Amino acid sequence: MHELQITERILDVVLKHAAGQDVSKVVRIHLRIGALSDLEDEWIQHYFDYLSRGTVAENAQLAITRTGAVLNCQSCSCSFEVKREELGRAHCPDCGETGLELVAGREYVIENMEVL
Amino acid sequence: MSDAVRLIEIKEEIHADNQRLAQGLRCQLEEKKTFLLNVMSSPGAGKTRTILKTIDALRDRFRFGVLEADIDSMVDAELIAARGISAVQLRTGGFCHLDAAMVAKGLDALDLDALDVVFIENVGNLVCPAEFDTGAVKNAMILSVPEGDDKPLKYPLMFTVSDVLLVNKIDYLPFSDFNLEAMRERVLRLNPHIEIFEISAKTGQGVEQWAAWLSREASSFIGSASRSSRPRIGKFLDTSRC
Repeated sequence: MHELQITERILDVVLKHAAGQDVSKVVRIHLRIGALSDLEDEWIQHYFDYLSRGTVAENAQLAITRTGAVLNCQSCSCSFEVKREELGRAHCPDCGETGLELVAGREYVIENMEVL
Repeated sequence: MSDAVRLIEIKEEIHADNQRLAQGLRCQLEEKKTFLLNVMSSPGAGKTRTILKTIDALRDRFRFGVLEADIDSMVDAELIAARGISAVQLRTGGFCHLDAAMVAKGLDALDLDALDVVFIENVGNLVCPAEFDTGAVKNAMILSVPEGDDKPLKYPLMFTVSDVLLVNKIDYLPFSDFNLEAMRERVLRLNPHIEIFEISAKTGQGVEQWAAWLSREASSFIGSASRSSRPRIGKFLDTSRC
């Protein structure tokens, strides 16, 4: 799907933060991606390998941490984490209600990077 | 230069730039008093027909425009322009969704001073468009009966980011095992605030109720220029208000 566009953004941000920091090589990039993202980790890496050729980020490894979806119960206000496949079937573990709002699970955050 | 590995903190959300641009667009729309509705669905769910039917129902109240996104064709824009409605075709050139920059470009081609309500007919796709804030004031999605009642389980994000769900082609219900109640329950477990309307863009059934919702939302946006509105796609990021 749109792995290419997302990967371009990752590379842009990485190169922006590498500039002026005396970086000879980016070794690893830590990403936090929400459970609701439909992007495949493997494809993000493939696109990254392609786009980063000839830059300091060439051959950098993307370390992707998937975070769960967090729902907030509209009736008792408790928040709880669910797996992606439980979305649409979940109910509040405290009060059993099914009026639930997604409060986290859509993130694409570049946390940090390891560089030489 | 040392050979030791160093850690550089970044903490950047990849969508932040698009988010800022989208919020800027909403501010602009507020100034122009133009309500922008992002319509998303899979291919063939009836976006173009629903938009045309809605315009027919509200033509006396609002002046309409349409931004048509297609990967590479002009079919829908021609259909709409043939009805005398301002239409701009955005060819996404292979992109699977619209983002705020593409929408801004499309809006530039329309005379917003002469329009009250603009529809974005997003790329037919239940996955990617849900991830990108277009700058629209509200998000609508269409799920058509032949697609099945399990779609909220397969594409949860789309249902999560939509303010309104149109269940289209309800004239097919008698020939289908689509379970409206099961679908409704699944959707509300993802998004308790969503408004659901059952319509048939073909027969016109239910269109009046849906058009009344749109009319109310558009009037309230156009009428309250000082109000800042954020659709559900953008609500996870702290974007500055107008």
